[in-house]
Amino acid sequence: MLTLSHFNAALLFSVFASTVFGITQRDTPRDQFRYGLYCFAMFMGGLIVAGWVMWALRH
Amino acid sequence: MADQVARKEVVAPAPVTHLSHMSILAPALAWLVPGAGHLIQKRWIRGSLLMGSIVIMFVLGLLMQGRVYQPNGGDVLDILGFIGDLGSGGLYIITRTFDLGHGIVAHATADYGTKYMIVAGLLNFISMADAYHIAIGKKC
Repeated sequence: MLTLSHFNAALLFSVFASTVFGITQRDTPRDQFRYGLYCFAMFMGGLIVAGWVMWALRH
Repeated sequence: MADQVARKEVVAPAPVTHLSHMSILAPALAWLVPGAGHLIQKRWIRGSLLMGSIVIMFVLGLLMQGRVYQPNGGDVLDILGFIGDLGSGGLYIITRTFDLGHGIVAHATADYGTKYMIVAGLLNFISMADAYHIAIGKKC
Protein backbone atom coordinates (compact mmCIF):
# COMPACT_ATOMS: atom_id res chain seq x y z
CA MET A 1 0.00 0.00 0.00
CA LEU A 2 1.29 3.44 -0.95
CA THR A 3 1.30 5.74 2.05
CA LEU A 4 1.53 9.48 1.53
CA SER A 5 1.41 12.27 4.06
CA HIS A 6 -1.43 14.74 3.72
CA PHE A 7 0.96 17.38 2.40
CA ASN A 8 2.50 15.07 -0.22
CA ALA A 9 -0.93 13.87 -1.32
CA ALA A 10 -2.09 17.49 -1.70
CA LEU A 11 1.13 18.41 -3.54
CA LEU A 12 0.70 15.63 -6.11
CA PHE A 13 -3.00 16.43 -6.44
CA SER A 14 -2.10 20.06 -7.18
CA VAL A 15 0.45 19.11 -9.84
CA PHE A 16 -1.92 16.88 -11.79
CA ALA A 17 -5.02 19.05 -11.45
CA SER A 18 -3.06 22.19 -12.44
CA THR A 19 -1.69 20.43 -15.51
CA VAL A 20 -5.18 19.52 -16.71
CA PHE A 21 -6.63 22.95 -15.86
CA GLY A 22 -3.79 24.71 -17.68
CA ILE A 23 -4.15 22.65 -20.86
CA THR A 24 -7.93 22.74 -21.03
CA GLN A 25 -8.72 26.29 -19.92
CA ARG A 26 -6.32 28.29 -22.14
CA ASP A 27 -5.50 28.31 -25.86
CA THR A 28 -1.83 29.06 -26.41
CA PRO A 29 1.02 27.03 -24.88
CA ARG A 30 2.37 30.10 -23.09
CA ASP A 31 -1.01 30.90 -21.52
CA GLN A 32 -1.51 27.24 -20.64
CA PHE A 33 1.81 27.14 -18.81
CA ARG A 34 1.10 30.40 -16.97
CA TYR A 35 -2.42 29.34 -15.98
CA GLY A 36 -1.14 25.95 -14.84
CA LEU A 37 1.42 27.67 -12.62
CA TYR A 38 -1.26 30.04 -11.31
CA CYS A 39 -3.55 27.13 -10.41
CA PHE A 40 -0.68 25.30 -8.72
CA ALA A 41 0.20 28.39 -6.68
CA MET A 42 -3.46 28.81 -5.68
CA PHE A 43 -3.75 25.16 -4.64
CA MET A 44 -0.59 25.28 -2.55
CA GLY A 45 -1.35 28.73 -1.15
CA GLY A 46 -4.85 27.60 -0.17
CA LEU A 47 -3.42 24.48 1.44
CA ILE A 48 -0.95 26.44 3.58
CA VAL A 49 -3.51 29.11 4.53
CA ALA A 50 -6.09 26.44 5.44
CA GLY A 51 -3.46 24.65 7.52
CA TRP A 52 -2.65 27.78 9.49
CA VAL A 53 -6.36 28.60 9.96
CA MET A 54 -6.95 25.13 11.40
CA TRP A 55 -3.90 25.55 13.64
CA ALA A 56 -5.25 28.91 14.86
CA LEU A 57 -8.68 27.46 15.56
CA ARG A 58 -7.19 24.69 17.63
CA HIS A 59 -4.96 26.93 19.75
CA MET B 1 -34.00 46.46 -53.33
CA ALA B 2 -33.00 48.85 -50.60
CA ASP B 3 -35.20 46.87 -48.23
CA GLN B 4 -33.32 43.66 -49.10
CA VAL B 5 -29.95 45.30 -48.49
CA ALA B 6 -31.13 46.59 -45.13
CA ARG B 7 -32.38 43.11 -44.20
CA LYS B 8 -29.01 41.56 -45.08
CA GLU B 9 -27.26 44.00 -42.79
CA VAL B 10 -29.57 43.25 -39.86
CA VAL B 11 -29.38 39.44 -40.00
CA ALA B 12 -26.41 38.22 -38.00
CA PRO B 13 -24.39 35.36 -39.48
CA ALA B 14 -25.09 31.96 -37.99
CA PRO B 15 -22.32 30.63 -35.73
CA VAL B 16 -20.07 28.26 -37.63
CA THR B 17 -19.63 24.84 -36.04
CA HIS B 18 -17.74 22.14 -37.86
CA LEU B 19 -19.61 19.03 -36.79
CA SER B 20 -17.84 16.01 -38.10
CA HIS B 21 -17.09 12.43 -37.21
CA MET B 22 -14.20 13.76 -35.15
CA SER B 23 -16.55 15.76 -32.94
CA ILE B 24 -18.13 12.47 -31.85
CA LEU B 25 -15.06 10.26 -31.99
CA ALA B 26 -12.69 12.53 -30.05
CA PRO B 27 -14.74 12.88 -26.83
CA ALA B 28 -15.76 9.21 -26.95
CA LEU B 29 -12.14 8.13 -27.30
CA ALA B 30 -11.10 10.66 -24.64
CA TRP B 31 -13.53 9.03 -22.23
CA LEU B 32 -12.29 5.53 -22.99
CA VAL B 33 -8.58 6.41 -22.91
CA PRO B 34 -7.75 9.68 -21.11
CA GLY B 35 -5.81 12.02 -23.43
CA ALA B 36 -6.56 9.99 -26.57
CA GLY B 37 -9.07 12.57 -27.79
CA HIS B 38 -6.21 15.03 -28.12
CA LEU B 39 -3.74 12.50 -29.50
CA ILE B 40 -6.09 11.51 -32.33
CA GLN B 41 -6.23 15.19 -33.30
CA LYS B 42 -2.42 15.35 -33.34
CA ARG B 43 -2.12 17.40 -30.15
CA TRP B 44 0.72 15.16 -29.05
CA ILE B 45 2.11 17.12 -26.10
CA ARG B 46 -1.28 18.12 -24.68
CA GLY B 47 -2.61 14.59 -25.09
CA SER B 48 0.44 13.04 -23.43
CA LEU B 49 0.29 15.43 -20.49
CA LEU B 50 -3.43 14.84 -20.01
CA MET B 51 -3.01 11.09 -20.28
CA GLY B 52 -0.09 11.12 -17.84
CA SER B 53 -1.85 13.32 -15.30
CA ILE B 54 -5.16 11.46 -15.29
CA VAL B 55 -3.77 7.91 -15.49
CA ILE B 56 -1.11 8.52 -12.82
CA MET B 57 -3.69 10.12 -10.55
CA PHE B 58 -6.06 7.17 -10.93
CA VAL B 59 -3.30 4.59 -10.42
CA LEU B 60 -1.99 6.44 -7.35
CA GLY B 61 -5.53 6.35 -5.98
CA LEU B 62 -5.64 2.59 -6.47
CA LEU B 63 -2.20 2.14 -4.89
CA MET B 64 -3.41 4.11 -1.88
CA GLN B 65 -6.18 1.50 -1.51
CA GLY B 66 -8.87 3.95 -2.55
CA ARG B 67 -12.43 2.78 -2.97
CA VAL B 68 -14.01 2.51 -6.42
CA TYR B 69 -17.73 3.28 -6.32
CA GLN B 70 -20.18 0.88 -7.90
CA PRO B 71 -23.50 1.79 -9.53
CA ASN B 72 -25.87 2.53 -6.68
CA GLY B 73 -29.12 4.26 -5.87
CA GLY B 74 -28.50 4.99 -2.24
CA ASP B 75 -26.68 7.90 -0.64
CA VAL B 76 -26.26 11.04 -2.76
CA LEU B 77 -22.52 11.17 -2.07
CA ASP B 78 -22.19 7.56 -3.22
CA ILE B 79 -24.05 8.37 -6.44
CA LEU B 80 -21.81 11.40 -7.06
CA GLY B 81 -18.75 9.29 -6.29
CA PHE B 82 -19.85 6.77 -8.89
CA ILE B 83 -20.37 9.52 -11.49
CA GLY B 84 -16.89 10.86 -10.75
CA ASP B 85 -15.30 7.43 -11.02
CA LEU B 86 -17.19 6.72 -14.23
CA GLY B 87 -15.44 9.67 -15.88
CA SER B 88 -12.23 7.67 -15.97
CA GLY B 89 -13.80 5.46 -18.64
CA GLY B 90 -11.46 2.64 -19.57
CA LEU B 91 -9.60 2.86 -16.27
CA TYR B 92 -12.86 2.37 -14.40
CA ILE B 93 -13.84 -0.57 -16.61
CA ILE B 94 -10.45 -2.26 -16.08
CA THR B 95 -10.64 -1.68 -12.33
CA ARG B 96 -14.11 -3.20 -12.11
CA THR B 97 -13.15 -6.07 -14.41
CA PHE B 98 -10.24 -7.08 -12.18
CA ASP B 99 -12.28 -6.42 -9.04
CA LEU B 100 -9.87 -3.82 -7.66
CA GLY B 101 -10.60 -0.78 -5.54
CA HIS B 102 -11.97 -2.18 -2.33
CA GLY B 103 -10.85 0.65 -0.06
CA ILE B 104 -9.77 0.34 3.53
CA VAL B 105 -12.25 2.64 5.19
CA ALA B 106 -10.37 3.10 8.46
CA HIS B 107 -7.21 4.51 6.88
CA ALA B 108 -6.71 8.20 5.99
CA THR B 109 -4.51 7.39 2.98
CA ALA B 110 -7.24 5.20 1.54
CA ASP B 111 -9.59 8.17 1.73
CA TYR B 112 -7.06 10.29 -0.20
CA GLY B 113 -6.96 7.49 -2.77
CA THR B 114 -10.73 7.49 -3.15
CA LYS B 115 -10.68 11.25 -3.76
CA TYR B 116 -7.80 10.90 -6.24
CA MET B 117 -9.82 8.48 -8.36
CA ILE B 118 -12.96 10.62 -8.29
CA VAL B 119 -11.02 13.73 -9.28
CA ALA B 120 -9.18 11.81 -12.04
CA GLY B 121 -12.59 11.00 -13.52
CA LEU B 122 -13.82 14.57 -13.21
CA LEU B 123 -10.64 15.89 -14.85
CA ASN B 124 -11.24 13.43 -17.68
CA PHE B 125 -14.70 14.96 -18.20
CA ILE B 126 -12.98 18.35 -18.68
CA SER B 127 -10.48 16.71 -21.03
CA MET B 128 -13.36 15.25 -23.08
CA ALA B 129 -14.98 18.68 -23.39
CA ASP B 130 -11.67 20.16 -24.51
CA ALA B 131 -11.21 17.44 -27.14
CA TYR B 132 -14.70 18.22 -28.42
CA HIS B 133 -13.97 21.95 -28.61
CA ILE B 134 -10.84 21.25 -30.63
CA ALA B 135 -12.81 18.93 -32.94
CA ILE B 136 -15.45 21.58 -33.74
CA GLY B 137 -12.83 24.26 -34.23
CA LYS B 138 -13.77 26.33 -31.18
CA LYS B 139 -10.26 25.93 -29.79
CA CYS B 140 -7.00 25.70 -31.66
